[in-house]
Amino acid sequence: MKTIFGKRDIKLNTGSIINKYGIYFILVLLLVLCSALSGNFFTVKNLLNISRQISVTTMIALCEMVLLICGGINLSAGAQLCLSGIISIYAYLATESVMLAVVVAILVGSFLGVINGVITCYLGVPAFITTLATNMIFRGVINVWTGGQTIWGIGGYSILGQGYIGIVPIPMIIMIIVVALIGFITKNTILGRRLLAIGGNQNAASASGVNVKMNTFIAFIISGALAGLAGAVHLSRLSMGIPTAGEGYEMDAIAGAVIGGTSMTGGVGSALGVLIGSLIIGVINNILNLTNVTSYVQDIIKGLIIVVAVLLDIQTKRNFK
Amino acid sequence: MVEEQFKISLRHIRKAFPGVIALDDFSIDVRKGIVHAIIGENGAGKSTMMKIIDGVYQADRGEILIDGKHVDITDPIVSSKLGIAMIFQELNFMPEFTVAEHLFITREPRKLPGIVDWRKLYHDAAELLKTEELPYNPKTKMKDLSVSDIQLIEISRALSKGAQILIMDEPTASISEFEVRRLFRKIKQMRDAGVTVLYISHKLDEIFELADMVTVIRDGKHIDTRPTSEFDSETIVSAMVGRKVEDIYPTRDTKPSEVVLEISNLCAPKVCKDVSFYLKKGEILGFAGLVGSGRTEILSLTAGLTRYRSGTIKLKGRPIVVSSVSSAIKQGILMATEDRKRYGIIGIRSIMENISLPNLEFVSRFGVINLKKEKKISANIAKDLNVRAPSLKTLAATLSGGNQQKVVLARWLLRNPEILILDEPTKGIDVGAKHEIYKIMNDLSMKGIPIIMISSELPEIIGMCDRVYVVSEHNVIAEFSGSDITQENIMRVQTGGNRE
Repeated sequence: MKTIFGKRDIKLNTGSIINKYGIYFILVLLLVLCSALSGNFFTVKNLLNISRQISVTTMIALCEMVLLICGGINLSAGAQLCLSGIISIYAYLATESVMLAVVVAILVGSFLGVINGVITCYLGVPAFITTLATNMIFRGVINVWTGGQTIWGIGGYSILGQGYIGIVPIPMIIMIIVVALIGFITKNTILGRRLLAIGGNQNAASASGVNVKMNTFIAFIISGALAGLAGAVHLSRLSMGIPTAGEGYEMDAIAGAVIGGTSMTGGVGSALGVLIGSLIIGVINNILNLTNVTSYVQDIIKGLIIVVAVLLDIQTKRNFK
Repeated sequence: MVEEQFKISLRHIRKAFPGVIALDDFSIDVRKGIVHAIIGENGAGKSTMMKIIDGVYQADRGEILIDGKHVDITDPIVSSKLGIAMIFQELNFMPEFTVAEHLFITREPRKLPGIVDWRKLYHDAAELLKTEELPYNPKTKMKDLSVSDIQLIEISRALSKGAQILIMDEPTASISEFEVRRLFRKIKQMRDAGVTVLYISHKLDEIFELADMVTVIRDGKHIDTRPTSEFDSETIVSAMVGRKVEDIYPTRDTKPSEVVLEISNLCAPKVCKDVSFYLKKGEILGFAGLVGSGRTEILSLTAGLTRYRSGTIKLKGRPIVVSSVSSAIKQGILMATEDRKRYGIIGIRSIMENISLPNLEFVSRFGVINLKKEKKISANIAKDLNVRAPSLKTLAATLSGGNQQKVVLARWLLRNPEILILDEPTKGIDVGAKHEIYKIMNDLSMKGIPIIMISSELPEIIGMCDRVYVVSEHNVIAEFSGSDITQENIMRVQTGGNRE
């Protein structure tokens, strides 16, 4: 064995390369396969279309990743998305300002994150249970508030989800900014390091002076804010405030995060990985649509992919436990 | 002369793990109906040998004979059929199971196939506990029992399954003195009933009391086997260590000067009442005592891992309040905890991240880390401490115990500690790495950093410390310094209880 400082001893074995970059191989393979399956796949129009379709999933997947890396989870993401989105629409209808509506969505999402955070970090309820419960509560609030009725006629608000700058869809731009921001937070900030440390070994993090409660609490707020932003984009894409929006999205998002290399047991995850994970899911959805596979079969295929992804995750982690 | 019939023999066993040969041409013969002690330092290969006998590991080479016949022990089920039972150091049990369920797990009496006869189960369990003279209720849940209780139940279970060879892996590591007596009585009773006991330990006093034969193992090799009476503590230690004691504990030339840390009347619920001690600059201060005596708990108060209710802590003459780990860190009181896997390293993250975790503020502005700077400071300290790894990105979990310990030390040394508390710093570390850790401790001490070392290994305490406090029953009961730090003195107060 050599010390850290020998220069020639950087040795990557094939196993670790596949573990590290396997996800990119899969994506490339998928793109090649899809191009062969459908002539309509590898066109600028379709690819931009995919990016628009995955923007919301990616943001929700990031909202899961931020909590998964520190050992948490957010099962209320779908309801957070919907509630924030609907309040954002009300804000837009009252003020006609898209910018303000977006800020409202993020603030509402953050506030919902605070609720999750207080219950989990300061009252000590496990994140899984907390967010399972608040998912019901938030969804219930939406239905009570709207009376279960869809809000129509949102006018200019739809630019957020449907607009373009040049040929680039606005949701894609928002998604890229969010990926970059979360990537920066996880990789380059003290907060990110601490979240990874907490998820990797909470006891050790705590013994190193990391304030576990506070940092996890912040992760809940960020997670909520992302769900809120995703809500504004999503409802804007739909052109309506539908009270069932986002139902079950957290599951797709967790799948995307895990396929993208986020560990379900904490300590590992990256924003870029999550983007790739969502892309893989998005591409699969897209090609299944292009080749007219029914949505029932799509569910089966997606489920199988999640199993494979988690198996890969377990395999990778087994080496370190 | 007729060749003696041995109960169990290992012949030329070799077992290698990636990067280390755990056992090398290891042979041993164990007679029937005796207590045969296997003694050696941490990492000498004792546990590997046991696990090969138990079938958890398979030897790469060599053979095992039971009653003179060759056997293939491919897994623990086979070994159990051969009458081998192992009492692990870390006991495995289901906390919600009752004593009866535990005793008869996998062989519950049945009414019909697959249907447990509960009445018979509890009846049989009660009978078994009675014949074994154990005062437990079969309906007590396992989680309500102490480690020692569970050990005794494990032994009874093994005997009831017809075990002829019982392997015990450091059974006294975490039980009280009273419980040790009770356990020893049981072991002697078993031996007299013809059971062969393989007893692993590194505690000399236990060996002399209990064992009929002793085998010393070092670096995976068989060193010596003799009747216990032919050994004395000096010959055993030199056989175990393989060099003179002076060579293990490097010398150091420091004169402890002014008092740096002064703890008075520290008090915390369930931890201690009214504990006082002090630490001088340039000193290595030992905290000796049995496991469970409260050493770790008392010093955890000082390092902010747990909170104290009353008492004063003075650092360099100035009273301070330690309310959390981060407040202790800010004051420069740093503690490297005993259980590295649980409280030390973050295995899934890199060496660099493990080192920089509590030091990120040094390399950051507005919460954003300067990755280059982080890499530089981590690399420097890792180099200083001679951390051996392919790169700074290597995951901490893949390192050996010694290198993990160095990573934990590196983490704290970046902060220029005022006081460094090391809890069992050489636990689970091989002899060579131990020596390195000791050297690091000496260097730090010579730089003026006072060190508190908690240790269960008396030779280490004696070899390294300028002064020693002995802790018993959550209280500091004695203090020795200089040439008064001897095994006899410390043992006497440890076992003697509350005398000064």
